Amino acid sequence: MSVLVFVEGLNGEIKKSSLEAASYGSQVAQAMGTTATAVAIGDVHEEALAKLGEQGISKVLYDADDRLKQFVADAYVKVIAKAAQQESAKVLVFSNSNIGAAVGSKLAVRLNGSLATNVTELPKIDGGNFTVTRGVFSGKAFAQVNLTSDVKIIAVKKNSTDIISNGGSAATVEKLSADLAESDFAAAPKETVMQDTGGGVLLPEAEIVVSGGRGMKGPENWHLIEELAKELGAATACSKPVSDIGWRPHHEHVGQTGITVSPNLYIAAGISGAIQHLAGVNSSKVIVVINKDPEAPFFKAADYGIVGDALEVLPKLIEAAKALDK
Amino acid sequence: MKILVCISNVPDTTSKINFTGDNKEFDKNGVQYVINPWDEYALTRAIELKEAKGGSVTVLNVGEADAEPNIRKALAIGADDAIRVNAHPKDAYFVAQQITAVANEGGYDMILMGKESIDYNGFQVHNMVGEMMGIPSVTPAFKLDMVDDSTARLEREIEGGKEVVEVKLPFVASAQQPMCEPRIPNMRGIMTARTKPLKVVEPTGGEAKSEYVNYSKPEKKSGVKLIEPENAGELIKLLRNEAKVL
Ligand SMILES: Cc1cc2nc3c(=O)[nH]c(=O)nc-3n(C[C@H](O)[C@H](O)[C@H](O)COP(=O)(O)OP(=O)(O)OC[C@H]3O[C@@H](n4cnc5c(N)ncnc54)[C@H](O)[C@@H]3O)c2cc1C
Repeated sequence: MSVLVFVEGLNGEIKKSSLEAASYGSQVAQAMGTTATAVAIGDVHEEALAKLGEQGISKVLYDADDRLKQFVADAYVKVIAKAAQQESAKVLVFSNSNIGAAVGSKLAVRLNGSLATNVTELPKIDGGNFTVTRGVFSGKAFAQVNLTSDVKIIAVKKNSTDIISNGGSAATVEKLSADLAESDFAAAPKETVMQDTGGGVLLPEAEIVVSGGRGMKGPENWHLIEELAKELGAATACSKPVSDIGWRPHHEHVGQTGITVSPNLYIAAGISGAIQHLAGVNSSKVIVVINKDPEAPFFKAADYGIVGDALEVLPKLIEAAKALDK
Repeated sequence: MKILVCISNVPDTTSKINFTGDNKEFDKNGVQYVINPWDEYALTRAIELKEAKGGSVTVLNVGEADAEPNIRKALAIGADDAIRVNAHPKDAYFVAQQITAVANEGGYDMILMGKESIDYNGFQVHNMVGEMMGIPSVTPAFKLDMVDDSTARLEREIEGGKEVVEVKLPFVASAQQPMCEPRIPNMRGIMTARTKPLKVVEPTGGEAKSEYVNYSKPEKKSGVKLIEPENAGELIKLLRNEAKVL
């Protein structure tokens, strides 16, 4: 019996969300009196894998098959299922990413397991009950859910778990090979295109997000959002109408029908704070709102606020951010 | 082309969320229900494909009778017929089993749904159905076109980028923006929807693998601290020294 964590790589490094999943997994293992093993596929350096010891991972199984550098759901499922079998894993932990949740869902079927996605806290393990807390109603509530099958699969919401960095010595890295067949690649992507973030931060992984709404008046003013983001090491985002009009790309749209973010700091400039926008950001730890209308609903959800013209306030923030010692 | 579109019946996006019975149950009191917004993308795209290539669009809901107004709405938007599996949707695994049973029986070329429901935010059902049926599932897709009569080309979002995937029919896909502009029913659609077939079937057994035991709400914010716009720079200092997020 053990805990198995799936870690995702990007450009050779392990994604931050996967370091969170590893930290989560090793804490679950500790609570269950067992060890945590990680399984990694494709695009990660072995040195990065060995460093997972810091997150409390004792062993990493690594499938270095070149065909797996891009995401191929069926093949990934086969590799992880093999690792789970080899380790007699009873708990499988993923990041709640598009990849992690997809593979987790398929494994729930294959391993006949219970699955909880969007999980925000460590489980309560009490006698026969294994209870997780997950976000429901688009950030408006949490649910406590018993996972009733023998195998439990958990996809951990990004930025909801602290990364442990004193877990232990380097993890041992072992090769894993899952005898993949041609048919496992039937739905392999023809092409994978990564966004150019200009060296900036990816929105789903960001700890700080600077976001603009219709109150920014037009795309010609977005340099203010970008400049503040750059100074703070933040990703940029926007409200739905802003991406609908085409001021910003769709992948920046946060909210009920866009992506959900839960950064440590969310700065909203010229966004009214409609309930559908809040649904995507309300689990952010600290929210700052800049709006010229003191009655804007966003102020009710904010920790800090400035009632003023964003086009005048943002340059002052940029200046102050530049003066911070980093 | 036969397309199956799965829709769920969810609280309107503006709903206040409350619980009853010692926080054990969702309080439906005063809540308006709508077609899950993500499912509207799947439904509209299915209708567009049918208009371009011929075929039929069947909507499927796993739910109780109170979902029927929104099933009729989907018919009014342009689906041809509907099936309701008469069951409380206990969890994603249970729902996926019901969808799989209907899909296997109907022989559909494409099974579409939204990327997740805005109430339980699972992001699970589409991949489970693909796995149960042994066919590809492409999720979350924001573009879906036919290359030829037996092949579709989809673009799906991954963190930080996208993948272009070509799959043979049949397949499962989940939809998100900007796949299409979701349609709303017109008067004629509403009239014809009344006479379109809506079949109610009983669930095929099937088990749930999780059990919702309790709900809670996030802690309320303690109130906003306002900073004068002239001293905007002060905010950055507070974020570092007080909130400790910089
Ligand atoms: C089903 C459904 C789903 C939706 N999903 C989403 C979603 O996922 N994400 C989303 O964002 N929205 C979503 N919406 C839309 C949402 O209801 C709002 O319409 C939208 O969030 C408003 O965007 P906004 O705040 O940028 O624009 P507006 O509502 O136009 O607000 C602009 C704000 O800027 C302020 N302002 C104007 N000028 C200035 C200035 N110079 N300086 C400072 N402030 C200024 C104004 O006071 C105002 O508060 C959805 C709606 C529906 C019905």
